[in-house]
Amino acid sequence: MMDAIDELEAEAISILREVAGQYSRSALLFSGGKDSIALARLSEKAFRPGRFPYPLLHIDTGHNFPEAIEYRDRMAADLGEELLVRRVQDSIDAGKAVEETGKGASRNALQSITLLDAVAEFRFEALIGGARRDEEKARAKERVFSLRDEFGQWDPKRQRPELWNLYNGRLRPGEHVRVFPLSNWTELDVWEYLRREGVELPSLYFSHSRKVVRRGAALFPVSPFVHVDPGEEILESTVRFRTVGDMTCTAAVESRAATLDAVVEEIRRSRESERGSRLDDQRSEAAMEERKKQGYF
Amino acid sequence: MRRLRFITAGSVDDGKSTLIGRLLYETGAVLNDQLAALERSRIRNENGSVNLALLTDGLMDERLQGITIDIAWKYFATAARRFVIIDAPGHVQYTRNMVTGASHADLAVILIDARKGVIEQTRRHSAVAALLGIPRIVVAVNKLDLVGFDRGRFDRIAGDYLGIAEKLGLKGVHLLPVSALEGDNVVSRSTRTPWYDGPPLLELLESAPVDEGIEARPARMAVQHVIRPQAKGFHDYRAFGGQVLSGTFRKGDAVTLLPSGATTRVLSVEAAGRELAEGPAPLSVALRLAHEVDASRGDWIVASGAPPILSQDLVADLCWLDEKPLVEGARTLVRHGTAFLRASVRDLSRRWDLDSIEEKPLTNGDRRLAFNELGRVTIRLARPIPFDPYGENRLTGAMVLIDEASGRTVGAAMIRASAPPDDEPSI
Repeated sequence: MMDAIDELEAEAISILREVAGQYSRSALLFSGGKDSIALARLSEKAFRPGRFPYPLLHIDTGHNFPEAIEYRDRMAADLGEELLVRRVQDSIDAGKAVEETGKGASRNALQSITLLDAVAEFRFEALIGGARRDEEKARAKERVFSLRDEFGQWDPKRQRPELWNLYNGRLRPGEHVRVFPLSNWTELDVWEYLRREGVELPSLYFSHSRKVVRRGAALFPVSPFVHVDPGEEILESTVRFRTVGDMTCTAAVESRAATLDAVVEEIRRSRESERGSRLDDQRSEAAMEERKKQGYF
Repeated sequence: MRRLRFITAGSVDDGKSTLIGRLLYETGAVLNDQLAALERSRIRNENGSVNLALLTDGLMDERLQGITIDIAWKYFATAARRFVIIDAPGHVQYTRNMVTGASHADLAVILIDARKGVIEQTRRHSAVAALLGIPRIVVAVNKLDLVGFDRGRFDRIAGDYLGIAEKLGLKGVHLLPVSALEGDNVVSRSTRTPWYDGPPLLELLESAPVDEGIEARPARMAVQHVIRPQAKGFHDYRAFGGQVLSGTFRKGDAVTLLPSGATTRVLSVEAAGRELAEGPAPLSVALRLAHEVDASRGDWIVASGAPPILSQDLVADLCWLDEKPLVEGARTLVRHGTAFLRASVRDLSRRWDLDSIEEKPLTNGDRRLAFNELGRVTIRLARPIPFDPYGENRLTGAMVLIDEASGRTVGAAMIRASAPPDDEPSI
């Protein structure tokens, strides 16, 4: 009996095969986060026993969780697929990106610069990403094949209508597309899929003890990249991460969910959205939309 | 259970966003931080209450103008089923968005303002639903609270609507009295409509069938990608990757490759290199075939016993999606299945007048389709393609038209039949 997860899997595999069919130079954005892990698993379903028709690409802010980086390298080796890493630090050193300073400073937005440099370097036509329409209001209007101009910019008024399963990925010189095979998945769908597939995940996603500081409702992981004010109290909390991004903008949630079953159950009951733990979205009412227009993923 | 993807259509002020907001809110899909964001927003209902419509108005321009520009995709679930709401804006000029949304929809919710009854927009939305072959229609007669839950008014609107449905050949129509603002017959049955004995909206959505009987229809797959591992132990391995668009592929099935016509059998149905018992629609699979046949992306693998129609000339209903009008004789690129091929629009003889739902013959000087117009055309392709009439198979019978210079998607076509070949030189 076909269920909704089978249907979502079939759609995502079909989108990945469209990338293979329409482009000769593409890459799968792979950060060691759960959505990119799901995409790697779906790529196996789409192309095994053959190789992936694209390398894995990670834009490393230098502020990533060590657990995620370790997982990324091990996963790429286990898959036997090529991993390309491009570093935001190199963009800063080359004078192309300027670091934010002060409390709340983050390299999150600088990733777009390094990413666009990687697009130019490898002449990528398509970048596959794990963004989902359920994450955020501006994302809810995103296409599966999302056109970017030569400056990597997203123009909501220039996006192509997408009908049936007939994706039009035609490009003009300088343009590229971002392709989102998980567009129609929800956070819970991703977790249920990872559980069904028995995929191993970074330990960050499960309950563990960690030093954090409380800012408003958010618990920030203490790290060399997070500026802690003298007045702030460092707490030892039992937490896990719902999303894994740059350490400077990813907050932990208090949780005792130590297994995939417990995580699925926790998300099913949750009354907070996933991006509620992402400070980058809370900078303004339209934070995501503004960043997307600038070439953010 | 399969997901239900449904489109919501209505004109500007008929409470569509409120209805969606209520469905999301009452099924628990609006989370605390999203509610908090709504409460922080300066945009409010007239009485100062939180505006549920903001849940679907995502872009800055939309929030500032209080309108919806683009399709918004929203997700929610109940214990029974997962749902995808395809929220298409209601303005006249956005037929393009409704056509796009309708191409993905298993069901349409069409809103009517009970104070206004059936209006041009209702006819227009229903015509699009009919042309795009949406299998089920729920007509929500909204704002009943503003007409005192008057049964007579509901019955008159229902009668008017059924006339339209009959004219359009719409099947599976259900008429439903609601107040989205006050929640009547949205999630639970209202006590204020004792004269309505049907289920509320959510129950209709939970029980609507999706792709009924699709696994039993003739098997069709468009080849997306050929899997040929360049690895030890796999030198002779070749599998054709694609999504099963209808029917079921099983080991031993006689299949035909199109357009070449070569025949063979299915050796195995696989996923990730592992054999499956069967490959029913809509699974994505890899088919290994018994003989060395020549096939690549763009070709079709179909059940030999029930082949599609193969034709180079097609009759189609075409919706024009681009600001630059289509003129008869125009050349274009077409995507059908996984193939991109050249085509020309030969005979642009009729235009659909969506407001009156009539076909209007076009005179010689007026053979064009403007942005958001629909018409009947014949299309000449660079080579024959296999298809099923759109009414029988929405995936093998659909095409998009692409402007080759700009790459824009400019048209959407529903193939109705093959056309007699015309005698103009081929392209």
